[in-house]
Amino acid sequence: MTAIAIPVEHALVLAAILFAIGLAGVLVRRNVIFLLMSLEIMMNACGLAFVAAGARWAEADGQIMYMFVLSLAAAEVAVGLGLVLQVERRLRTLDIDAASELAG
Amino acid sequence: MTMEIVVFYIAAAVSVSATTLVVTRTNASHALVYLIVSLLAVAVIFFLLGAPFASALEIVIYAGAIMVLFLFVVMMLDLGRGSVEQERGWLNPSMWVGPGLLTLVLFLEMAWLLAGPMAQTSGTAVLPKEVGIELFGPYLLAVELASILLLASLVGAFHLGRRYMRARREEEADE
Repeated sequence: MTAIAIPVEHALVLAAILFAIGLAGVLVRRNVIFLLMSLEIMMNACGLAFVAAGARWAEADGQIMYMFVLSLAAAEVAVGLGLVLQVERRLRTLDIDAASELAG
Repeated sequence: MTMEIVVFYIAAAVSVSATTLVVTRTNASHALVYLIVSLLAVAVIFFLLGAPFASALEIVIYAGAIMVLFLFVVMMLDLGRGSVEQERGWLNPSMWVGPGLLTLVLFLEMAWLLAGPMAQTSGTAVLPKEVGIELFGPYLLAVELASILLLASLVGAFHLGRRYMRARREEEADE
């Protein structure tokens, strides 16, 4: 199985870059679907950091934490997209600001 | 050796540029396709880091299952040309300045913290067998918790989706 020695800081910086892009997406976008996509980007970056840390010491724990992040992402997307359908049906828009009336 | 590490940097560049395109697109389905490209690039990086099982999961579950879920919802909502125009109106270039600067500051802080003596990854692959033994040994309780989480989200998504489909059928019957 091919695995190569990579500077672990570079992998972690890559994870930080992806996380920062996702964070900027969450802050800027107003469409709920793009918000969910940005959340996925951020979770994926977390998983990358876990796998890189696991590869540093050749332990399986990093991959296991990645699998838990993966199941969390799947659960979040299933409920989140269900909520998107409801918001679109009730408010006739995907603008996240329109949902602020949930506060009452 | 040097040849293989170049592959890592190419995959990293692909994933960063594809992710940037995801965040800046106005068309949701184009953004989804770029997101799939980004996830595939990350899968290549997992493989190079010596995590073939995580790499396979990235493709099968992330790029396969989760993105298809997104695609179904985008198709159900029927986001056509009008939504692209609306999205363009929402995306004012000046809106990027504040959040962009803040996230840049956070990223630079993190990069500064990571700058130090370079450690290398081990270069040995952790195979699925070892992952499975560890997963159903010390992490057994966490596996059960993850299964409960998935069950809860299944029930929640079914509840939300069922009411949506019923309302939609009634609307169509009215018309």
